[in-house]
Amino acid sequence: MRLKCPVCGERDRREFYYMGDAVALQRPDPEASDGVWDDYVHNRDNPAGVTRDLWYHEGGCAAWVVVTRNTVTHEILKTELAAHAPKVAS
Amino acid sequence: MRFSGLRVLKEGLSGNKGWGAHWRDAQPKPEYDMVIIGGGGHGLSTAYYLAKNHGMTNIAVLEKGYLGGGNVGRNTTIVRANYFLQGNSEFYSHSLKLWEGLEEDLNYNVMHSQRGLINLFHSDGQRDAFARRGNMMVNQGDDAILLDREGVRKHLPYLDFEQTRFPIYGGLYHPRGGTARHDAVAWGYARAASDRGVDLVQNCEVTGIDIEGGVVKGVQTSRGAIRAKKVGIIVAGRSGQVAAMAGRRLPVESHVLQAFVTEGLKPVIDHVVSFGMGHFYISQSDKGGLVFGGDLDFYASYAQRGNLPMKEHVMEAGMTLMPMIGKARVLRSWGGIMDMTPDGSPVIDKMEGIDGLYIDCGWNYGGFKAVPASGWCMAHLMATDTSHEVAAKFRLDRFRTGHGIMDEEGTGSQHNLH
Amino acid sequence: MRVDGKGLVDRTTPVSFRFDGRAFLGYRGDTLASALLANEVKLVGRSFKYHRPRGVMGAGSEEANALVTVGRGAAQDPNVRATVQEVFEGLEARSQNRWPSLDFDLLAVNDLAAPFLGAGFYYKTFMWPKAFWEKIYEPVIRRAAGLGALSEEHNPDIYEKAYGFCDLLVIGAGPAGLMAALVAARAGADVILADEDSLMGGRLNSEVEDVDGMSGADWAAQAVAELDMLPNVRLMTRTTVTGAYDQGTYGALERVSHHLSDPQGRPKECFWRIVAKRAILCAGAIERPVAFRNNDRPGIMTASALRTYLNRYGVAPGRRVAVFANNDDAHRTARDLVAAGVHVGAVLDRRRDAPSSDLFEVIKGAEVCNTAGRKGLENVTYRTLAGEDKIETDCLAMSGGWNPTVHLTCHMNGRPVWSEAIQSFVPVEGMVPGLRVAGACNGVFSTQGALSEGAAQAVAALQDLGMTAVACDVPEAQDAPYRMAPLWAVAGGGRAWLDFQNDVTVKDVKQAAQENFRSVEHMKRYTTQGMSPDQGKNSNVGALAILADATGRGIPETGTTTFRPPFVPVSIAAIGAGAQGAGFAPQRFTTSHKASVARAAPMIEAGLWYRPSYFPTHGETTWRQSCDREVTMVREAVGVCDVSTLGKIDIQGADAATFLDFVYCNMFSTLKVGRTRYGLMLREDGTVMDDGTTACLGAQHFVMTTTTAAAGNVMRHLEYVHQCLRPELDVQMISVTEQWAQFAVAGPKARALLNGLLEDEIDNDSWPFMACGEVQLLGVSGRMFRISFSGEHAYEIAVPARYGESLFRLLVERAEALGGGAYGMEALNVLRIEKGFITHAEIHGRTTAFDIGMGRMVSAKKDCIGKTMSERPGLHGAEREQLIGLKPIGDVKQLTAGAHLFEVGADPIRENEQGYTTSVGFSPTMESFLGLAFLRNGRARHGEEVVMVDHLRGVTARCIVSDPVFFDPEGGRVRG
Repeated sequence: MRLKCPVCGERDRREFYYMGDAVALQRPDPEASDGVWDDYVHNRDNPAGVTRDLWYHEGGCAAWVVVTRNTVTHEILKTELAAHAPKVAS
Repeated sequence: MRFSGLRVLKEGLSGNKGWGAHWRDAQPKPEYDMVIIGGGGHGLSTAYYLAKNHGMTNIAVLEKGYLGGGNVGRNTTIVRANYFLQGNSEFYSHSLKLWEGLEEDLNYNVMHSQRGLINLFHSDGQRDAFARRGNMMVNQGDDAILLDREGVRKHLPYLDFEQTRFPIYGGLYHPRGGTARHDAVAWGYARAASDRGVDLVQNCEVTGIDIEGGVVKGVQTSRGAIRAKKVGIIVAGRSGQVAAMAGRRLPVESHVLQAFVTEGLKPVIDHVVSFGMGHFYISQSDKGGLVFGGDLDFYASYAQRGNLPMKEHVMEAGMTLMPMIGKARVLRSWGGIMDMTPDGSPVIDKMEGIDGLYIDCGWNYGGFKAVPASGWCMAHLMATDTSHEVAAKFRLDRFRTGHGIMDEEGTGSQHNLH
Repeated sequence: MRVDGKGLVDRTTPVSFRFDGRAFLGYRGDTLASALLANEVKLVGRSFKYHRPRGVMGAGSEEANALVTVGRGAAQDPNVRATVQEVFEGLEARSQNRWPSLDFDLLAVNDLAAPFLGAGFYYKTFMWPKAFWEKIYEPVIRRAAGLGALSEEHNPDIYEKAYGFCDLLVIGAGPAGLMAALVAARAGADVILADEDSLMGGRLNSEVEDVDGMSGADWAAQAVAELDMLPNVRLMTRTTVTGAYDQGTYGALERVSHHLSDPQGRPKECFWRIVAKRAILCAGAIERPVAFRNNDRPGIMTASALRTYLNRYGVAPGRRVAVFANNDDAHRTARDLVAAGVHVGAVLDRRRDAPSSDLFEVIKGAEVCNTAGRKGLENVTYRTLAGEDKIETDCLAMSGGWNPTVHLTCHMNGRPVWSEAIQSFVPVEGMVPGLRVAGACNGVFSTQGALSEGAAQAVAALQDLGMTAVACDVPEAQDAPYRMAPLWAVAGGGRAWLDFQNDVTVKDVKQAAQENFRSVEHMKRYTTQGMSPDQGKNSNVGALAILADATGRGIPETGTTTFRPPFVPVSIAAIGAGAQGAGFAPQRFTTSHKASVARAAPMIEAGLWYRPSYFPTHGETTWRQSCDREVTMVREAVGVCDVSTLGKIDIQGADAATFLDFVYCNMFSTLKVGRTRYGLMLREDGTVMDDGTTACLGAQHFVMTTTTAAAGNVMRHLEYVHQCLRPELDVQMISVTEQWAQFAVAGPKARALLNGLLEDEIDNDSWPFMACGEVQLLGVSGRMFRISFSGEHAYEIAVPARYGESLFRLLVERAEALGGGAYGMEALNVLRIEKGFITHAEIHGRTTAFDIGMGRMVSAKKDCIGKTMSERPGLHGAEREQLIGLKPIGDVKQLTAGAHLFEVGADPIRENEQGYTTSVGFSPTMESFLGLAFLRNGRARHGEEVVMVDHLRGVTARCIVSDPVFFDPEGGRVRG
């Protein structure tokens, strides 16, 4: 499996750390309800198909990357720097 | 038809013409008391115990593919009761006891082999953590023995005790741990459930769940609508999709876990052995193949296949720990879809706010050994509407409230780290 | 027997080898199989279940029968395909799965018991009595099962791994592959051409046919020579592409030195990870056997294998050969044999409209219904409309048609489709992104077709790559149509084998269907069909045709099982190459490593690091003696300890303080320059992630320390918080763990020690507790932090790593002069337990700030990671297990870590469990074992008596619960 780091170019999956759903970008307000926080930290859409998730180029430039990809075919559709990516899929 | 050695002899002498179907292939009826979505190990055992323990017979198990086609037929077949947190400890202990009577109960040889499990540790800190685990196992009434390095050497003389990167300090020995023939577990439950009147419907995909006014009414399937008073979702890695049919999100992320088997070899590994400094666990099947696995590929996936980095990592772990397996050749690798939860522990619960809808999921990658108790407790819940005492902590709301989180790995809410 | 004038082996170089102890001669270029057949050795193995005598069946890596063990001692290599193993001088091979000998195998008795050992018999018996399974049934089954044996010794051989990159990977160097490689290479593409054979050319080396006016083998050699000259081509022989993975990654196994007497330091095998922008699969096809009664006798092989032995190796596998087929292609076998002067009894063709021949007799509408000859074929019985007859023969070539080698196309879950025309499965486009298919593996069976499709697919791949093909002609070659009629199994009684290795017969598949294992996956799993070492390459299509028939469905509806990697079995040593011994993980050494080893300190693993456990001296013989002395030394004089392994993260920027406020639960924006603060970091789920100190070196400059274990996690977490959650903050961070060597100097004489070294003398006013800053020592700029993990007056002093070793030696020397010295991990641990300081034994991922008594550190004045979730009701209150101290007060004075706590008088069972111990040690200071533990509602229970029970080590101790800080609770010593 290979991913395109927006900074370094295409690299092997070995260089990356995987965190999970890019819902992590949408951190709720500290005062939000426990349901909202439960959704943020625990609950997942977990789609069989296209998803956005967060990867970290740990063995490279240390960029956090939002990867849009397909969980059934493993096709990579898009990669963007997390710092500049929209919080929700556009 | 009862299975026995005598029967095998009799049929053998008469050309094996008398063997019948292990289970009936049922056509779906328009209505059942209960419908189980998912004909895997957990779904089949739930149906069996609903029939056996609770006298329910108007039940259907709906399976979109073939029975036992999911994780029950894709795992590394390990059966153990070595958990250390309240909630898990009593549940897996119960499950192991059911395993110990399973062949007699099902009249099916699932080849449950209590050959002993040894978890190796490689530092003082790991030893203490395993001591805590082993002590809890004994507290629970199960068996655990703390081996020092020489104790491990006696059982596993072939390990690399001299050159390996992380020296072996000792191991936690669980003599009642072992393996079973995974497919046979699904078939044994299928046959026993079918014999008690449960309808097993293959090639029947659930496409919707009918809910009216907060009450379950039935399911839509690729073979038509089926009405049901109660519906149980027992679909492991596909839990997210099926729960979505009821408008729910679950604390589950689906990940790929690979497993491997080598060509057949004469007996060489007599236990189940697990490495402590990298994910690697291995046993040898009765056919002679070394069956082993490691950690998740770590990215969410439904592909039932993995990539090279984790394959290499697993085999590297094997080579540093037991370099005698180097010349064994990997014959096949495959993947399963693991329903990973934020604390690594499962859910057996009602779906809050929807009467008659139940969920059994979140087995992470430890679901095989749970098959008997999961069915036992899910059946109890569906039949009585109360949690069985050994599964009372497997609540769906524990993540929201923080009560009774069971994080054996201590890795926190990131799903793929358990 | 050898046939004069035939074959590509080097007849000038004889090679001697042994099989089952007997010496034989072969030639360079022979495989073990061809050399054994040349020596008329028919019996080479025994089958898995019935221990049936078996001979060579094929000529490729899919061989199902001729599996042998090569080599001796630790290097013995089981389950080697004799059809792939090249002979070399001194090769030693043995048959396997037989006892006492290949010729006389006691377990052949299983063959007689076959009626009772059919599909799935073991699921129905061996259940009674229960205890017999582990003790009797299973051991007997295990011993009978398996094939070859491992040596049970550590692997003694070298294995390697490598990466390769290319524009185009061509898999298979038959006519399609060679043509594809030529077209791509001539256009300038970077090409890797991999073939599992030792000689490229594929079937061209096994057939008598012309390409471009020369023999196929010569044309192949010419193509290979051209490719070899091109700098943009890498030719990889003996290399099997084993798997197709995501984004154009392929696994490949190169057998580097299995064919060499003296490998001269080369590895046995090399496992390649090849990243290809495009790939073309030209893997050919595998001829399928036919199922008929006793079709597994030694001497029965596929028709194409026979041609390979004859044409490539110059070996006739029999003296009187018969052929049984359903297609024209197999007639070539008879033609070639006759041309070579070998007697052909007859071609038995199932088809009534089979072609006739002037060269040999063709019996049309004939099917073989039985064979005889237990250890070598003696005759076959065939049936026509006219009745049954026999042919005396010692070799039967069979052909049921060809199956395209589609396996690699299925590795990403793609499903091939059924082709009525060739009665087999063919790939569909796009099953593996970037992979095209050409030639026989695409169902194109003529040589001309393969050459043309190889060229066309290369042109298309070049187009994908943005390159242009150079015009070239496709050479002229054999273009006969593939004519066949389906034939899977010959009707009749007895056993007809499908999966030869696993002993799965037609009866077994039918019985599976009868028992409702009608899904192809159920049938496979119930009968083990296709689960043997060839993974069904020889038998799957036939088996599912029989299942389709038994269940009244067509083959397409019946479907296939899934082909999964690897294409051929790959040794664990190859995929795991480099990891044996210490290579499994990097080794990290501190700058003081050599000095510590020189002082005889046992070094222990701390994550990837090595740290000294203790420094034995003064004739100490146990670790406890050293540890006790080192603890007392720190408490009474001064000790030196390398703490460089702790993570050090340099954090700078205008918003650095704001950032720290967000990642730590306590406040850092109030920290003044020149001061250090203890910080507690939470995960977003509210549990403790790590702790450490952070020093403020400048208004916009901090240095954070982490625990050794969590250094990597924390670095990743900080980058995550910054880039994903607070990208607007002006802050940058980098790990400087390896740039600085850092040493703790702890004890009442710490300042005295340092004052001899530092250029500017320090005192308690200039360097109070928690001060930090730059210092000069011996002409070097360093950093100093007055922090303490021992509870003593202590400093940590950091210098650029290149000065670490000399500083350590100097510090220890000076400490010794003051009555102190170096201390290791054991003493460090006791010192911190005496003070109730936590490590990851306590913050093990399940504990919260509340649990460890630091709940009030979670600042109410600001948001931070983990704050909201830490407020969940379940993470507070009397139900939580809270950190406490424990001291034994009964007769048993020992504590152990990992024990559980119970109320006095309670049974030590799960229901009564109240908590557990995390860290224990003997404190020479307090002259007692001390323990840290978590106890339900523990903070409210100080002074209460509890019982510690360690079932595993047999220790039960009455203990008193206390505050976790045992020593100097007022903290006066750190400030002294």
